[in-house]
Amino acid sequence: MNAVDYAVLVGSMLAIVAYGMWRSRGSRSLNAYVKGDGNAGWGTIGLSVAATQASAVTFLSIPGQGFESGLGFVQNYFGLPFALIIVSVVFLPIYRKLNVYTAYEYLGRRFDGKTRVLAAGLFLLQRGLAAGITIYAPAIVLSTVFGWQLDLTIIVSGVVVTVYTMFGGSEAVNQTHKWQVAVIFGGMVAALVILLNRLPDEISLGDTLAVAGGLGKMEAVSFSLDPDVRYTFWTGTLGGIFLSLSYFGTDQSQVQRYLSGGSLRESRLGLMFNAVLKIPMQFFILLLGVLMFVFFQFERPPVFFNETVWRTQAAGAGGAELQTLATRYEAAQELKEQRIRTWLDARRSGDEAREDAARTEMVAAQKESDALRAETKAVLLKADPGIQAKDSDYVFITFILRYLPHGLIGLLVAVFFASTFSSKAGELNALGTTTAVDLYRHMRRGGTTDAQQVKAAKVFTALWGAVAIAFALYANLVENLIEAVNILGSLFYGVVLGLFFVAFFLKRVGGTAVFAAAVIAQVTVIVLYNTLSISYLWYNLIGCAGCVGLSLLLQTFLPSRPDSANAASNS
Amino acid sequence: MTSPRSEQPASTPPAETGAEGTGVPGFRTWRGVYTFVVLCFAGFVAMLAWLTGTFAP
Repeated sequence: MNAVDYAVLVGSMLAIVAYGMWRSRGSRSLNAYVKGDGNAGWGTIGLSVAATQASAVTFLSIPGQGFESGLGFVQNYFGLPFALIIVSVVFLPIYRKLNVYTAYEYLGRRFDGKTRVLAAGLFLLQRGLAAGITIYAPAIVLSTVFGWQLDLTIIVSGVVVTVYTMFGGSEAVNQTHKWQVAVIFGGMVAALVILLNRLPDEISLGDTLAVAGGLGKMEAVSFSLDPDVRYTFWTGTLGGIFLSLSYFGTDQSQVQRYLSGGSLRESRLGLMFNAVLKIPMQFFILLLGVLMFVFFQFERPPVFFNETVWRTQAAGAGGAELQTLATRYEAAQELKEQRIRTWLDARRSGDEAREDAARTEMVAAQKESDALRAETKAVLLKADPGIQAKDSDYVFITFILRYLPHGLIGLLVAVFFASTFSSKAGELNALGTTTAVDLYRHMRRGGTTDAQQVKAAKVFTALWGAVAIAFALYANLVENLIEAVNILGSLFYGVVLGLFFVAFFLKRVGGTAVFAAAVIAQVTVIVLYNTLSISYLWYNLIGCAGCVGLSLLLQTFLPSRPDSANAASNS
Repeated sequence: MTSPRSEQPASTPPAETGAEGTGVPGFRTWRGVYTFVVLCFAGFVAMLAWLTGTFAP
């Protein structure tokens, strides 16, 4: 990065933050602080929902995922459009009709205060920890690549996003989201154009896709029923509906975005905007990774993409072995390039027998390259068991730094910061609001004024920002951090979704039954997690089904629930 | 998924009648918008299946 890159990076980020602060200036009511001006259009809502969901990890990791495993990961999002339709038909009209600030406030009106506090508490626990990861994950990559101090990167990015979210509230988050998405979109399209331009002249787009397919990166959709196949149409659609429903329907970081709509119509259209565009967007980012894979068949990629770790270890005791591996890898890549060109010639000639033979040789060369990369990672891990051997997160940033012109490098790094800010702001906004509305306002005896509530929401936003920064600073103490947070989410999401299912569809179940059912289901999930060795994704289903089933069972032993008027008065 | 029309709790607002405008040219009802979303999904999956069939070995 040179001065031009830093100017683009700092200038674009500060301009967006200043714009968001300016648009949200002035003292306002709790309603304005939590829901913005309440007149957001569908475009603003749609972009804000997308920006909250897409963190920097999306733009660092997903191209790497495409590079390593191809397009199949896109199937993970297949349930999302259906989940958004369900949210639009069932969840959204209820939230808007009751004019709630948070999703958990609805549970308070439908059931009682203790159920509301339980759901809000589960959300705060899970999302509060995840907010730390949102800062930590990109900071570790960017500080490693650029040699920045990790602590300073975390603190600066964390403080900036906390300050504008705290002062500007939902309106600032919505307004900055729009421009952050513009930076993200512009940066990714620029990277794609340059990538395509840098491919060899004789390699057409059709050849590029054929090479990707020939080397196993183009299996975008699989209808296999084999449980050993990781990504399929069925798991993505069925599992995806469940996960997306939990996230978009009950997670306040999303609910708050679409509740800021000027009308039910605007909120619905914002959700449908995401239902149509989310899968193509994820496909585009994965395709970028696949195209990078092909690009690196005609360029010489490093044997290990985290070059900072590589340089450190290459200068150490195992340096000679690593250099030997790097030399062998370069030779293997050269051989592979020759075989790819031979295969493309055979393919153009229409001689199927020659094409099959050439493909077999090309695939063998790919396996040799993969084996050398695996061997290199094993040597690095042996030298220092503390390093992160998974280097796919560094693939895209390596491409950016090696092949993009100055100015665009700054823009692409701005993409990572914009996405960090956008997802973090949405989370902080939701954490502050939930704490202020569902805990502070709900539990405080004697009531509170509007000004006190706004002040409380600001203070809680700042506190959650501090918690997230602190967690990010100590995050490296936790092994396998991102997976740990995903596990944590899966342990709690199911029960919270179960609460909402009972609220929407089982009107005879009252607060006491559902509260007890949720507590028992949550304890059961945690006990099962510590005793079984099944995939953590199943706990979403177990938690939800447990909460719904136990609610029905317990209600049979309890008197009928009070009418809605009594229930509402408890909130 | 249980039909929201058949088992709505008391707090659920009235089901859409189709009278509410979507504001989207060409779509008079939300049912039409949702059908469009599902068709977009089906079209995109068909395109992915074509890509897979054409380029994957």
